[in-house]
Parts: sequence; structure tokens; C-alpha cells
Amino acid sequence: MPEIHNYTLNFGPQHPAAHGVLRLVLEMDGEVIERADPHIGLLHRATEKLAESKPYNHTIPYMDRLDYVSMMCNEHAYVRAIEWLLGVEVPERAQYIRTLFDEITRILNHLMWLGTHALDVGAMTVFLYAFREREDLMDCYEAVSGARLHAAYYRVGGVYRDLPDEMPRYEKNTFRSDSEIDQRNQARQGSLLDFIEDFSNRFPGLVDEYETLLTDNRIWKQRLVGIGVVSPERAMQLGFTGPMARGSGLAWDLRKKQPYAAYDKVDFDIPVGQNGDCYDRYLVRVEEMRQSNRIIQQCVRWLKENSGPVIVADHKVAPPNRVEMKQGMENLIHHFKLFTEGYCPPVGEVYAAVEAPKGEFGCYLVSDGSNKPYRLKIRAPGFPHMAAMNEMVKGHMLADVVAVIGTMDVVFGEIDR
Amino acid sequence: MNESARTKSQVRLEALVEHLGAAFAEQGCEVIHQLDEATLVVPRERLPEVATRLRDGEAFQFDTLIDLCGIDYSTYGHSEWATTSASASGYGRGVEPDRAEQKAQRFAAVYHLLSVALNQRLRLRVYLEDEQPVVASVVEIWSVANWFEREAFDLYGILFDGHPDLRRILTDYGFIGHPFRKDFPLEGQVEMRYDPEQARVIYEPVELEPRILTPRVVREESRCLGEEDEQQDSSDA
Repeated sequence: MPEIHNYTLNFGPQHPAAHGVLRLVLEMDGEVIERADPHIGLLHRATEKLAESKPYNHTIPYMDRLDYVSMMCNEHAYVRAIEWLLGVEVPERAQYIRTLFDEITRILNHLMWLGTHALDVGAMTVFLYAFREREDLMDCYEAVSGARLHAAYYRVGGVYRDLPDEMPRYEKNTFRSDSEIDQRNQARQGSLLDFIEDFSNRFPGLVDEYETLLTDNRIWKQRLVGIGVVSPERAMQLGFTGPMARGSGLAWDLRKKQPYAAYDKVDFDIPVGQNGDCYDRYLVRVEEMRQSNRIIQQCVRWLKENSGPVIVADHKVAPPNRVEMKQGMENLIHHFKLFTEGYCPPVGEVYAAVEAPKGEFGCYLVSDGSNKPYRLKIRAPGFPHMAAMNEMVKGHMLADVVAVIGTMDVVFGEIDR
Repeated sequence: MNESARTKSQVRLEALVEHLGAAFAEQGCEVIHQLDEATLVVPRERLPEVATRLRDGEAFQFDTLIDLCGIDYSTYGHSEWATTSASASGYGRGVEPDRAEQKAQRFAAVYHLLSVALNQRLRLRVYLEDEQPVVASVVEIWSVANWFEREAFDLYGILFDGHPDLRRILTDYGFIGHPFRKDFPLEGQVEMRYDPEQARVIYEPVELEPRILTPRVVREESRCLGEEDEQQDSSDA
């Protein structure tokens, strides 16, 4: 008998299934994984250190760049931490806008996850479908903030501006026929809220389409059922949150348990898995998209009926509007002070968390009474999930690693920070 | 958050603070109840014992460690203004002089705990000595601490005694120093480029000059100042 040795396989960082810059050192016994050692940090940008050198407001755009597929949820955790320190009460309309956009973000994130997860496992079509819908949602981002991805829309005390009354339309061009452009502009005749409402009416049918392709698909189930099983006890020990914890059967969702924004005023359900495998986590996330859609519909209804301010009138934290700023000396001073120096929250420390699409995204903020954070620690949900890699893939085959990376929904912007 | 939910969570928090005081006073722990959050300051030697009781105790049941991080308190409360008095033109900045209330110890490890069973949160803080900060590892108590402790070691140089695999995690292979310490420059110490002569990537001392765009100022809660106080500030200036 020849002697058989384990061998070591390097996976990534330049691998399409590594979802960015994951380097995984795998110790293999034949095709079975003995040990997985993820090397992270290839996208480490020291966001927390940078935040210490800037006034509070300047760090909001950095938040978009952490988990770059669920941008506004990251901003939400950060502005919530500052508001908590300052004791700012956010206007109700802003709370609903934040809830609306958190859920739009959740669908954006889950579509990205679904498309790439399916692509990794071998299904091409879902990817194209999911990105088609992401286009519409990123148009919503663009309509409110001017940017499709890195929005910087949430501000301390509210949101940057109210929802636009008009949805941007496609212009006539020589590449497409007029009738096709008219068809594309059909849903864009009214306001942004009309556009979102139209989307939310279409969306459940679209989720049905993805489910037709995947849920009962034999190959999909063969690749996911029984892979990466995590028991509820282990899930708690490993610090799982979000769909990873719910897939294991933990009924834990901050939107219900520790409600923020307008989540205690909307009606929705929390899907919980049973087996804790990749397939259950898939089902949980798909159902979450449907529930997000329900929340979106309720928010749209409320926002259409109610108007009001979207940011606090306290010019120590929120800038005065341009006209006031040009006409009043005091407003000019406020504007100048806010943008040159910022504001100084009282001495203290808070940990503010939101239920981001990937799990609990939290910001631990320490203030020493100056205009810059003394310490900002970002609790990214993907970090503990990635840390559980070894435990989840041990004993599985090499091809299952890809399914497990997919089910974790890793994004290295937040893991490496 | 509606009123009843807030009061319910506040009632839970008050009960937790009471339990903490009763259970850990003799260990020399201090309970801080601030901004609707509870913090327990734990003496360094007592951490494993306190953490185990927090996980298993009936009134605590902190089954999850949500976050673990280091803090360097060495410049706490310092401002970045170079001058302390008004300049020659009699034009001041209305900035308080440094109130650098030096913390007794430079480093701290901060743990954020969550109880899924009882829906409550707690922050633990352990102050560590300046020269070589060491604290017992809690990997045995919460498995998730493994990577968090590696991160705190990497960024702050805090050693976790009993950690199974204390390697660097976020910084580059062969990195020197602990980048999140306050005495580590924001620009870093080395920069990397490809050298065509040696036909390899080389490291050189960083050329960027450190500069401060917006100075750090410490103001007495300027937000809460009334109109009169502000006017006084500007007349002082």
C-alpha cells in the first residue's frame, strides 16, 4: 500500500466563487476537507481608524463601502448610534423612509445573494433574473440619493431629503425603438412611491419565478440539503445572527425583538428554518424577500398618506436648507460650523445595532466629547459567519465549500472593514 | 419605538442592573447604567469566572458574544489645537483647554454580550495594563471569541491567554506593529511598490506627511447650550 498524505489546497483570493478576496487554505484528505483556514484582511481599509480622524458626519459614506450590497442598512446602524449619543429624536416620516429603504436594501442584498449562490452552484438563469430586478431597486436608490450604490442617504436626525415627486424616465435614443422606451417608462409616470408600489405588486410573482427554478430543482436540492448543518446551540455559540441563525431554528430578529425605526408599526412575519442546512437558509432568505415586500407595501401606503419633515430642525446636527442659509446670518453660521467642525456629542458610549440583511450589524461608538469618534467598532455580521467556516465545511467535499461560502452570503467589504 | 416597548425594555434593564450589582459586587465589579445600556467593569483576573457566570446564570443567560474589541485610551479627551491661548489678533476659538482626564490604564478589552433567551444586552469592560496587555481568553466560553480575539490582538496587541491560535488576522503577512493603537500613524509606516530593477515588490518608509484636516476639538456639549451661552461664547472669542 502506498502511503497517502493529506495535501493542502489554496483556494482564492482570485477565485470567482470566493465572493471577493477570500483566501482559503484547505487541508484535504482526497476530496474530503480536513481543515479550512480562511485568510481574510485582503480588503482591510481600516475604516474604524479612518473614522477616528474625521468628524462624525464624514464617516457616513464609508459605511456604504463596508457591506457594499446592503448600503443603507450600514448607514442606519451608524446614524442610529450617533443619534443615540446625541439624544436626537428622528421625525416619523424619516423613520418610515428608513424602514422602506432598509427593506429595499434587504431585497437588493438577497437578490444578489440568490443570483451568485445559484451561479456558484451551477444555475445561470437565476443570476440574470435577480440582476434584472436589482436594476429597478437601484433606480430607487438613485432617485432619492443620486447614487445607485453608495447612497449616503441616511443622515443624523433623518434622511438627506424627501422622496422625489417624479421618477426619472428613460430618454428617447437611437438604440431602442420608441415603443420599447414607452414600455420601460410605463411604471415611471408617477412619483417614486408609485414606482415602488408597482414594483412591490410585481415582485411576489418574480419570487415565484425564482422558486420555480430552484426550490424543487433536483440538482439544487442535491447540492444544498444536508450541507453545512449548524445546530441552534452551536449557532448561538458561533455568534450567528440574521438568516444564518434563523436557518438553524433560532427565532431571533432585531426588527421584532428590539424594534427600531418604524418596525413596530408594520406587520410582518419572521421565517425560521428547521434543519440548519444550506437549503433551509435558502428558504428563509426567499421568504424574507416576500416579507420585506409586505413591509414595503405598508410603508408606501403610510408615506403616501402622511407628510412631514424628514430631518430634524436642529441645525446643530442637520444643515439648514439652502434658501435659509443664504438669507439668515444665524443659519449661515450653523452651516459653516456644521461643515467645518461638526458637532460634539456628550461623553459616553453606545452600541447600536440593526438587523442588516446578513445579520446583526452594529456600531460601538465611544465619544470623549470631541467632534470625532474616539473609537468606532463595527460589528459586521459576516465576520463570525466566516469564522465558522472551518466547522461548517469539515468532512464535506471540496465542491461543498462553494455552497457553504454561498450560503454565508459573505461580502468582504464588511468582514475586512 | 413605542412607549410600552421602551418601558418594557427599560424595566428589564433595571432588573438586570440590580442582579449584576448583587451578583458581582464582591468580585470587585462596577456596574454602570448609562444611556439605556448596562456596562460591567470587570477586574482583569476575574474575567473567566464572571463570564462563565454571565453565560450560565439564571438571571443572565448571555448565550452569545456579539462583539469583542480593544480600545486604546491614551489620547482620550485630547484635542488637536496647537495653541492654548488666543492668538495675537485677539481671535479665539471658544475651545475648552484639554481636559485630558487620563484613564488609569491605557488599554481595555470590551465585550458585548447578548442573551437570546432573555432579550437583553450587556457590555463588559476589562482595563489592561499599558506595557503588555494580557487578558484571559474567553474562547472556551463563547466559541465566537476566537476570531474577535485574533482581531484585537492584531490591531491593539492585546494578548489573550489560553487562545488556541493567536495569529494576526486582518493585516498583511509580515506586518509589524499594531495599527489601531493611537501612536500608530494613520498613514502607516511602510508603503509598497513594484521595483523594476529588483523585479519584485519592495517596502519603503512611507512618504506621506501626516496632516490634520479638521482638528479634534472638545466642547462642553455644544448642542445643549442655550442661546445665551452661545452668544457669550462668541463675545468671549
